[in-house]
Amino acid sequence: MQEMKKQARAMRCEIIKMLEKSASGHPGGSLSAADIVAALYFGKMNIDPANPRDPKRDRFVLCKGHAAPALYAALALRGFFPVEELDTLRKIDSHLQGHPDMNKLPGVDMSTGSLGQGLSAAAGMALAGKCDNADYYVYALLGDGEQEEGQVWEAAMFAAHYQLGKLIAFTDNNHLQIDGRITDVMSPEPLDKKWEAFGWQVLKIDGHDMQAICDAIEAGTACEDKPTMIICETVKGKGVSFMENQVGWHGTAPKKEQAEQALSELEVAE
Amino acid sequence: MKQATREAYGKALAELGQKNERIVVMDADLSKSTKTADFAAVCPERFFNAGIAEQNMTGVAAGLAACGKIPFISSFAVFAAGRNFEQIRNSIAYPKLNVKIAATHAGITVGEDGGSHQAIEDISLMRSLPNMTVVVPCDGIETAAAVNALAELDGPCYLRLGRLAAPMVNGEDYKFELGKGIVLRDGKDAAIIACGMMVAPALEAAEALAAEGIDAAVINIHTIKPFDKELVLEYAERCGAVITVEEHSIIGGLGSAVAEAMSEAGVGILGRVGLQDCFGQSGTPAALLEKYGLTPAGIVKKVQETVAKKR
Repeated sequence: MQEMKKQARAMRCEIIKMLEKSASGHPGGSLSAADIVAALYFGKMNIDPANPRDPKRDRFVLCKGHAAPALYAALALRGFFPVEELDTLRKIDSHLQGHPDMNKLPGVDMSTGSLGQGLSAAAGMALAGKCDNADYYVYALLGDGEQEEGQVWEAAMFAAHYQLGKLIAFTDNNHLQIDGRITDVMSPEPLDKKWEAFGWQVLKIDGHDMQAICDAIEAGTACEDKPTMIICETVKGKGVSFMENQVGWHGTAPKKEQAEQALSELEVAE
Repeated sequence: MKQATREAYGKALAELGQKNERIVVMDADLSKSTKTADFAAVCPERFFNAGIAEQNMTGVAAGLAACGKIPFISSFAVFAAGRNFEQIRNSIAYPKLNVKIAATHAGITVGEDGGSHQAIEDISLMRSLPNMTVVVPCDGIETAAAVNALAELDGPCYLRLGRLAAPMVNGEDYKFELGKGIVLRDGKDAAIIACGMMVAPALEAAEALAAEGIDAAVINIHTIKPFDKELVLEYAERCGAVITVEEHSIIGGLGSAVAEAMSEAGVGILGRVGLQDCFGQSGTPAALLEKYGLTPAGIVKKVQETVAKKR
C-alpha cells in the first residue's frame, strides 16, 4: 500500500516534469487519474515489463487518452522504458505520442485518444479472453465528460449482455471538462444509476484513497457475471494547489516556475 | 450462373471459420442480409451480434484483434464504412489492427431502400486511410478467394460486397493475387478499368464496341488499395484512352485512383463512369443502373466520347 502511494506521488512529479518539458499536454486529468493508474501498475495488474505483449497479461485501456502522461509515468517507473524518455513527450519521432500509441510504446495495450472508443476495445479484449477461457482482467479508465459520447453506452450494453465479468472500468469523476463543469456543459449524471441500469456492478469510492481503490478492484474481480464500474470521486489537478479544480489546467502545460512550485508541493506531501 | 458477392462471402466465411479458430465474426443485427448468419450457424460460439450499434462493434473488433483474434465485422456499407468512419480510423487503421470490415449492400444496386442506404462514397473513405487494404470483388469466385486472402493478411481490410446477384466473370481456376489487376480482355484503342458489379457490364460493353471497330481492353481492378498502378499505366500508355467504371461516386474511388496515377505519369485521357457527384434513390436495381448510366450502353457511350478526345 505504501509503495503504491509512493509511486503515485512519483508519477505526479514525472507528469509535471514531462509536461513542462513538452510545453504541451493535459495536466489536470492526468493528476486526477494518477492514484487509480498507480494502483493498477504498482499493485493489481499482472504485467511483466520484460514481456509487454505476454498474451496472459492483464490489459489496461486508457479511454481518456489525453491522460497519457499518467500512463507514461507509470510505465516508465514500472520499467517498461527508461524514465529519461519521458522528456521526449510530444516531440518529433518520440515513442511518447500526445495520446497513447500501442505500436510505438511498449506497455500500451490500446491506442486511444478519440473519446468514447476505448471501452469498446476493452470489451473486445475481455470477450477474447472469455472465448479463450483466459484468466486475464481488462481494466479501462474513462473520463466523466467522456460519458457524453454515445458509444460508451453501446459498449456498456454490450459488456453486460455478454457478461464480461473480467472487465473492470473506472470513471475518473473529476467533474470538469474543457468548456466547464460537466453538469453545466452536458450532464451525464447520475452516473451510478445509469451504469446500474445498464447491468453493471457499480461501486462509488474516493479515487484518491489507495485502500479504497484496491478494495474496489477486489470487489470487481469477485463479481464474475457482470462487468464492474468503479466511480471514483476525484479532483482535477490533484496534488498541485493552483491546478486543483481549475478548468484552465485541462490542456495547458505548466511553465518553469509553475512546475517548480508544483514539484515543491508534491515533495512536501511526501 | 449468378451469385451475390454477399452470398459468396457468407459461404466462404463459414468454411474458413471451421478451419481457423482465430476467426470471429460480428454483425449489427443484419446477419441474415450480410450472410454472416452462415458463419453463426456453424460457429455459434465465435459469432457475436452487437445489436444495432455499429460503432461499438467496430471498437470491440479492435479489442478482439488486439488479443490475437481475426474479426470479420459486417453491416451495410453505408454504416460499416460511413457511420463508423472515425471508429475505423482511430481504433483500427491508426493502430493497424487486424480487423476485416466486410460491408455488404454497397452501391445503388441496394435498390428500393433508396439513397439513405446506398453507399456511394465508402471506397473513397476507406482508400484514404493509411494501413487500409481495400478490395472490391466482381463475383462470387473472386469474393471467396478474397475472403481467404484477407484472413491471411495481418492488417485492416475493407471488403466491399453487393446485394444483387451478379454474373460469374471468373472460372473455377481463378487465382486471386492481392494488389494485382486482371486483364480480362486485351485491346489497343481503349482500356476499360472496372471493379465490383461493373466488371461484367464492362465486358459486355467491350463486345459492343468491337462491333463498332473500337478494340477495348477490360481490366478488373479488384484491389483498390494497394493499387496496381503499373498495370493501369501500361494500358494508359498503350491505349491512350482509359475509362473507369464503378458503382460508386466518381469522386474518391477507382476513377480517382486511376486519375491520380495517369496525371502523375502524364499519360492518356480519362473518362469516368459512376455516380456523378449525386446520391442514389429508390427503384429497382436495373432501373437505377439505367438511370445513372451504369450499363453496357452507358459505358459504350463514355468510351466513344473518350476515344474521340484522343489526339
